[in-house]
Amino acid sequence: MHIKEEQVERHVLAVLVDNEAGILARIAGMFTARGYNIESLTVADISADHAISRITIATNGPPYVIEQIIAQLDRLVPVHSVRDLTEAGPHVQRELALVKVAGKGENRIEAMRLADVYRARVVDATTESFVFEITGAPEKIQTFVGLMREVGLVEVGRTGVVAIGRGPDSA
Amino acid sequence: MAEKSGAEILVQTLLDLGVDTVFGYPGGAVLPIYDALYDHPKIKHILVRHEQAATHAAEGYARSTGKPGVVLVTSGPGATNAVTGITDALMDSIPMVVITGQVATNLIGSDAFQEADTVGITRHCTKHNYLVKQPSELAGVLTEAFHIATQGRPGPVVVDIPKNVQVAAAEFSSHNGLKNSRYQPQVDGDFKAINEAAEMIMQAKAPILYTGGGIINSGPKASETLCQLAELLGAPVTSTLMGLGAFPASSDQWLGMLGMHGTYEANMAMNRADLVVCLGARFDDRITGRLDAFSPNSKKIHVDIDRSSVNKTVRVDLPVIGDVGRVMEQLLAVLKGRKFNAPDYEEWWSRIKGWRATDCLAFPENKTEIMPQLAIRKLWEATHERDPIITTEVGQHQMWAAQHFDFEKPNKWLTSGGLGTMGYGLPAAIGAQLGDPDALVIDIAGEASIQMNIQELATASQYRLPVKIFIVNNEYMGMVRQWQELTYESRYSNSYSDSLPDFIKLAESYGWTGILIDDPADLEAGIAKMIETDGPVLVDCRVAKLANCFPMIPSGAAHTEMLLTPEDVKGTMDDNAKALV
Ligand SMILES: Cc1ncc(C[n+]2csc(CCOP(=O)(O)OP(=O)(O)O)c2C)c(N)n1
Ligand SMILES: [Mg+2]
Repeated sequence: MHIKEEQVERHVLAVLVDNEAGILARIAGMFTARGYNIESLTVADISADHAISRITIATNGPPYVIEQIIAQLDRLVPVHSVRDLTEAGPHVQRELALVKVAGKGENRIEAMRLADVYRARVVDATTESFVFEITGAPEKIQTFVGLMREVGLVEVGRTGVVAIGRGPDSA
Repeated sequence: MAEKSGAEILVQTLLDLGVDTVFGYPGGAVLPIYDALYDHPKIKHILVRHEQAATHAAEGYARSTGKPGVVLVTSGPGATNAVTGITDALMDSIPMVVITGQVATNLIGSDAFQEADTVGITRHCTKHNYLVKQPSELAGVLTEAFHIATQGRPGPVVVDIPKNVQVAAAEFSSHNGLKNSRYQPQVDGDFKAINEAAEMIMQAKAPILYTGGGIINSGPKASETLCQLAELLGAPVTSTLMGLGAFPASSDQWLGMLGMHGTYEANMAMNRADLVVCLGARFDDRITGRLDAFSPNSKKIHVDIDRSSVNKTVRVDLPVIGDVGRVMEQLLAVLKGRKFNAPDYEEWWSRIKGWRATDCLAFPENKTEIMPQLAIRKLWEATHERDPIITTEVGQHQMWAAQHFDFEKPNKWLTSGGLGTMGYGLPAAIGAQLGDPDALVIDIAGEASIQMNIQELATASQYRLPVKIFIVNNEYMGMVRQWQELTYESRYSNSYSDSLPDFIKLAESYGWTGILIDDPADLEAGIAKMIETDGPVLVDCRVAKLANCFPMIPSGAAHTEMLLTPEDVKGTMDDNAKALV
């Protein structure tokens, strides 16, 4: 007997929650307890009174699992709303990365040139290193980090994706 | 406003919420609460002998009365001992509030004596949980905890209270609890969906009502509504293990339980139906068998208060989110409004009659040994007029009880369905007896399961609860042995109940009456004696050791692949089937 793998889709969910102790553990733990995947998860409070946080979760799974994930999130008491941005239509996804490259000569010049093409900003520089700041959709960051690997990547930090629907309506 | 200690606030809030019974066990981290209880005899504290039993007793109390069960335990081992019952209540949707002591807030995280991360441990086996850090928050949190435990799909809620929060003071006046809860589950079904459901019902030629524990949770009125709906439709009714009693077993429309140990007629009817109306059930794997073969030709309507139950395992054509009792009322109103006159489904009922003729619950006669099925049936015959409350442990005896004990009313059948917890029955019986002191309460037990919470014999003695235990003693973990016969060529690895105690002497040592029945000729007299005897009674009923529970749909098999008799058992299974629970 062998264990079967299933076709998966990537979805980005926007979840509004009460900003209370343990909420992140509750959400993340629900994913592990039920065997769902988390690609990235970001959280920060977003209301003037600090009462509400917005969690953006990039996840993947077969469509019926995505449907379950949303229902399971929705039944947690501190969860106010769950929106599947991927399902809802056009939306913007952004992520920020800090990328450190080290090297001299041709590599250093090439890193600079690529950073320019990808609109990465230099936020720190020494004679033998740069730290670039880059924002964009996750794929863009992925590609940029891949390129930096070839020219002396030392370290990379990524925020994980935040997303918001296009148009005037709120999630 | 006057200041009160956290412990005082807690006790006062419990009183305000109408709590009169608490199941608990003291310890260092709840001493302030126990001290506060000392002054409040209005709250009856039932001292169990193990915290797991407190949770099951609270479940039994909740299931039989419809009120939430309340548990009070200390930190660390008190809380961890309660985890099984909390999980059990989550799986079976039982309203329960568990108050756990915790080390003082300044000690949390320091591996203090009897510290456990109770909120972390119970996060995924509760509907919700809290760590209360200020006495001023206590009343609000407790009020919300009861609201969450009882509203929507019921479940357990844990409130973890550090010892310094119990001692510290805050301003308090009654009713300064919760105003508007953030938790407001949908009760009424969507009108459009109800109309669509009515439409589907009016089209059906072979409909079946598949009911579950949600109807019991919705309250006794929901059972009455179910009867009205069933009467209007004239359709057959089957139920999950948890739903037994919502529909009277004496009705002509009753097919018996469905699923793994369900009746042939219930499973065949599910398989051949053209419309399945699922009312407060959740297409659990014990019910569906092999998913791709489950009721393949039917349209499906699913009424559930929990959206996450919809399309979880079986895709349905029409979900209706709402309280099942309320939705059935709405459905009835629409059907009546449309002057629905049910056809007599003549062809459908004649097929059902054919399946019924299999007489799938028949069992062999035996002059020398007591057949376990017969024991259950005799127990039913001798007691059913008193509407007894039946609890069970887990195993073959549980399934035999579900098959051979007929229920006419809701809240009379208390069993651990979702988690399948051995050791549930005795404490649940104790809780049920406290909720209904005049009821005849019987725990139908196995000799292995009963040993898991046997210490609770003392609790029944202490509170003079006339609970009866009827042990179907086959000297085996019969259900394990049965699976080993099905799957592993009868290699009985560790399924024999060796070194059993003398149950009669054991019972007597706790102040119970013990009765031994080991001859078919004495069965009826033994049962009669059990009922006549005042106070708690334990019956050790020695039954045929190797009897198995049929019908059975082996894991991963379709409803049409039911094993009806021992002759159908092959003794081996492929790895895919072996991998299923
Ligand atoms: C706490 C717990 N441990 C293990 C099991 C697995 N299990 C299910 S039935 C069973 C045997 C029960 O034996 P007994 O109580 O004698 O009942 P019988 O099947 O013989 O009627 C076991 C071990 C369980 N359900 N619960
Ligand atoms: Mg046994």
